[in-house]
Amino acid sequence: MYRVEEAKALAERVYQVWVRAPQVARHARAGQFLIVRIDERGERIPLTISAVQGDLVRIIFMAVGKTTRQLAALEEGDHVLDIAGPLGRPSEIQNDGRVIVVGGGVGIASLPLIAREARSAGNYVIGIIGARNADFLILEDELAGICDELHVATDDGSRGHHGFPADLLKQEISRHKIDCVWIIGPAIMMKVTSNVTRPAGIKTFVSLNPVMVDGTGMCGSCRVSVGGETRFACVDGPEFDAHLVDFELLMQRQRYYLEEEKESMEHYHEHACRCGEGTHHG
Amino acid sequence: MGDRPASVRIHDFLEVDTGLTPDEAVIEAERCIQCKKPGCVKGCPVGIDIPAFIAAVAQKDFVGAAAIIKEENLLPAICGRVCPQEVQCEGVCILGVKEQPVRIGALERFVADWEREHAPKIPAVAEPTGYRVAVVGSGPAGLAASFELAKRGHQVTMFESLHAPGGVLMYGIPAFRLPKDVVQAEVDQLREMGVDIRCNHLAGASVSMEELDHFDAVLVATGAGLPFFMGIPGEQLSGVYSANEFLTRVNLMHANRFPVYDTPIKRGRRVVVVGGGNVAMDSARVARRMGAKVTLVYRRRAEDLPARKAEVERAAEEGVKFLLCTNPVRILGDQSVSGVECVRMEMCDLDQSGRPEAVPVEGSAFTIEADLLVQAIGQGPNPLLIRRLSGVAYGRKGNLVVDENGKTTRERYYAAGDVATGAATVILAMGGAKQAALAIDAMLRGEPFGEGKEE
Ligand SMILES: Cc1cc2nc3c(=O)[nH]c(=O)nc-3n(C[C@H](O)[C@H](O)[C@H](O)COP(=O)(O)OP(=O)(O)OC[C@H]3O[C@@H](n4cnc5c(N)ncnc54)[C@H](O)[C@@H]3O)c2cc1C
Ligand SMILES: Cc1cc2nc3c(=O)[nH]c(=O)nc-3n(C[C@H](O)[C@H](O)[C@H](O)COP(=O)(O)OP(=O)(O)OC[C@H]3O[C@@H](n4cnc5c(N)ncnc54)[C@H](O)[C@@H]3O)c2cc1C
Ligand code: SF4
Ligand code: FES
Repeated sequence: MYRVEEAKALAERVYQVWVRAPQVARHARAGQFLIVRIDERGERIPLTISAVQGDLVRIIFMAVGKTTRQLAALEEGDHVLDIAGPLGRPSEIQNDGRVIVVGGGVGIASLPLIAREARSAGNYVIGIIGARNADFLILEDELAGICDELHVATDDGSRGHHGFPADLLKQEISRHKIDCVWIIGPAIMMKVTSNVTRPAGIKTFVSLNPVMVDGTGMCGSCRVSVGGETRFACVDGPEFDAHLVDFELLMQRQRYYLEEEKESMEHYHEHACRCGEGTHHG
Repeated sequence: MGDRPASVRIHDFLEVDTGLTPDEAVIEAERCIQCKKPGCVKGCPVGIDIPAFIAAVAQKDFVGAAAIIKEENLLPAICGRVCPQEVQCEGVCILGVKEQPVRIGALERFVADWEREHAPKIPAVAEPTGYRVAVVGSGPAGLAASFELAKRGHQVTMFESLHAPGGVLMYGIPAFRLPKDVVQAEVDQLREMGVDIRCNHLAGASVSMEELDHFDAVLVATGAGLPFFMGIPGEQLSGVYSANEFLTRVNLMHANRFPVYDTPIKRGRRVVVVGGGNVAMDSARVARRMGAKVTLVYRRRAEDLPARKAEVERAAEEGVKFLLCTNPVRILGDQSVSGVECVRMEMCDLDQSGRPEAVPVEGSAFTIEADLLVQAIGQGPNPLLIRRLSGVAYGRKGNLVVDENGKTTRERYYAAGDVATGAATVILAMGGAKQAALAIDAMLRGEPFGEGKEE
C-alpha cells in the first residue's frame, strides 16, 4: 500500500498527487514513469514521474477515464494498492549547449525533472509550455524557477502567446542555434511540433504514451514503430527520436479500447450512483 | 475423477480436471508394483522418491506421502497439475509398456491438495545464518530457490516487478489449469518462513545494481518473458496480441470480467492463435471461454505439437479448430485485424532439431477470417536486468550462461529457470533453482560444492 501525502487540483480536470513510494523515489530519473494500480480491480496505468522529494513522488494527470477519475478523488491519507517503478529509460541528457523543453497540456508534467537535469548538466534551458487556455496551464511558476527562460502559449490567447507551442519553438529556432529539443504532450501535438525541428535536423525527443500493461517488456502491448522498427515504449522508451516515430500508428493503437473505456466509465457512474463506492463525496 | 465436460467448462475458468477422490487415489496407488529400480524417480527432474510416496498413499497415509514429496519438491500442488508427466516420471513407468502408467502426477496433486486442506505444514527453518540472499523474480525458479535458502536459515529478499508473486504461474497459466489460490497458498508458505517478498520492485530499476551487490548472493530468476513476434506484415494492427499480453490481461488482470475489473480486452468473434506449444493451447482455450470461434494455426503436423498431449486433446474437445501444416504470412486489416493470410506447409527433410522441416507450398495461399490474432510463437529472456549485469556471459538466445550449479560468470551471482535455460518447464526451472540454492548455501558457508558431492 502506498500512502497519498498530498492531493490537489492544478487546473480544470488536472490533478497533482504526492505519494510515498521510496523504491521509486530513490531511483527516479528524468523521463521515467511509474505504474499505478489503485485497488484489487484496478487497471495498471502508466504516469510520468513529475517530481521527487525524499520518499515521495509526484504524479500529475488529467482525469479522462475511470482510473484517472478515481485517482482524482484521492485525498491525503488514502492509499493506492500498487506503485511500480521507476520504469523506462531516463532521458538522454548531455551537455549539448542550448536546449528547449516543450510541454503541451498535461505533458508539461514531465518537464521539471528534464529541465532540472539538463541545467545541472550545464545546458542553457528554454522552456515552452502551452495549453488550450489559461485555466489549463500548469506548473508555470515552478518551471519559471527551473528554466533559464520560459515562454507560454495558449490556443485562445488567454495567456502568453496566442497560438501553439510550435509557433514559439519556430521563433526560438530562428533566433538561436538550438542543440536539442524535448517535446511532450498529446500525440498529435508531438507530431505537429516535431515537424518544426525536422528541416534543421535538430535532435528532438518525444515521449510516447501507447497503452501499456506490465511496463517491463513482457507483454508487447506498448509496441511502437520507430524508424521502421518495432520497439517497446516501456523499455526502449518512452522517449524516442521524434523524427523517426510513426505517430499515425501510435494514435491508431491508442484508440483501440475506446469502446471499452466508455463502457468502463458508464459502469463506474452507475456503480457510483447506486452505492457511492468509488467516488469521493467531499 | 477426471475432467468436467467440455460443454460445461468452456463457460467458466474453473479447474478442468477435478482430481482424484481419496478412494480413487488409494486404488491408483495400489497399482504401483514398487519396482526395485524405479525408472520414475530418474524421470523426475527433482528426483522425488515416487515409490515411497505412492506406498504411503496406498496405506492411506496422505500426510506422510506429502512429507516424502516435500523433501524434494515444495510446490507439489503446482507440479502435479502442470508437469509434462507423460514424458517425465510417467513416461518411464514400467506399467506403461503393457497398460497405463501409474498416474503419478494425479497422485502428487491429490496428496498436495489433501495436505493443504487438512494438515498444512510450514517447513522448519534453520537458525539464522546472518547471510542475506536476493532472489530476483518470483516464478517457479525464484519460489523453489527461496524455499531452499530460507529453510537453511538465510535471510531471503525476493524482488518481483509485478504486483503479484508467481511469475508465469500467475500471469500465464490460466486458472482452469492451475487455480490461483493453489499458487497463492504455496507462496504464503514462503512468507511464513520469513521470506521478504517485495512486489512492484523491478530489479535494475527499483533496486539498483549496487543494492543487489550488497547481498551476500544474488539469484537471478527473471524467466523468459520477452514475447517474440513473427515479423510479418500487419503485426502492428490493433487486434494483434502477444500471448503474454492476452494471457496477462485475463489471468492477472481478470479482463474476462471487464467491466467489473477495469482492464479491458477484445473478446473477438473469430480468434486465430498461432503456435503449437502450451502457451498456444492456453491462449486458444482462454479465447474459447470468452466466446470466440478459435482456430489454432501451427506450421507442423499434429504429432509435432510441442504442447502437452492431454492439453491438446482438451483444447480439441473444447472446440478449438486445428489448422496444421499451415503458416501465417500476412495479417490483413485496415485499422484492426480482419483476416489472416496463410500458406500450406509441406514436410521435407529433418531440420537441425531432428524435426521435419516445414516448407511453404507454392501457390497455396488462402485467407481465414479473424478479428483477433494471438501470437504464441515463443519467448526469450527479458534483457532488462541481465543486460545491466557486468561481467556475466550470455548465450546465443540472450540467456545467462551458468555452470552446472547455476553459477554465472560473475562472483556471487547465480541464475536459474527460463532465464538460464530458455523457455522450458516449471519443474526444470525448479530443479535448476534448487541446485543453485544448494550451491549458494555451500558458497556462503565456505564449503566445497559440486564435484563429488551429491545433491
Ligand atoms: C509512459 C506514459 C506516461 C504517461 N504519463 C502521463 C501523465 O504524466 N499524466 C497523464 O495524465 N497521463 C499520462 N499517461 C497517459 C495515462 O496513462 C492514461 O491517460 C491513463 O491510462 C488513462 O486511464 P483512464 O482509466 O483514466 O482512462 P481510459 O478511459 O481508460 O483511457 C483514456 C486514454 O488513456 C489511454 N490509456 C488507457 N489505459 C492505458 C494504459 N494502460 N496505458 C497507456 N495508456 C492508456 C487510452 O489510450 C485512452 O486514450 C502516460 C502514458 C504513458 C504510456
Ligand atoms: C502460458 C504458459 C503455459 C505454460 N504451461 C506449462 C506447463 O503446462 N507445464 C510446464 O511445466 N511449464 C509450462 N510453461 C513454462 C513454465 O511456466 C516456465 O518454464 C516457468 O514458469 C519458468 O519459471 P521461471 O521462474 O524461470 O520464470 P517465470 O515464471 O517467467 O518468472 C519470472 C518472474 O520474474 C519477474 N521478473 C522479471 N524480470 C524482473 C526484474 N528485473 N525484477 C524483478 N522481477 C522480475 C517476472 O515478472 C516473473 O514474475 C508455460 C509457460 C507459459 C507462458
Ligand atoms: S514433479 Fe513432475 S516429474 Fe516429478 S514426480 Fe511430480 S509430476 Fe512427475
Ligand atoms: S507495457 Fe508490456 S511490453 Fe511494454
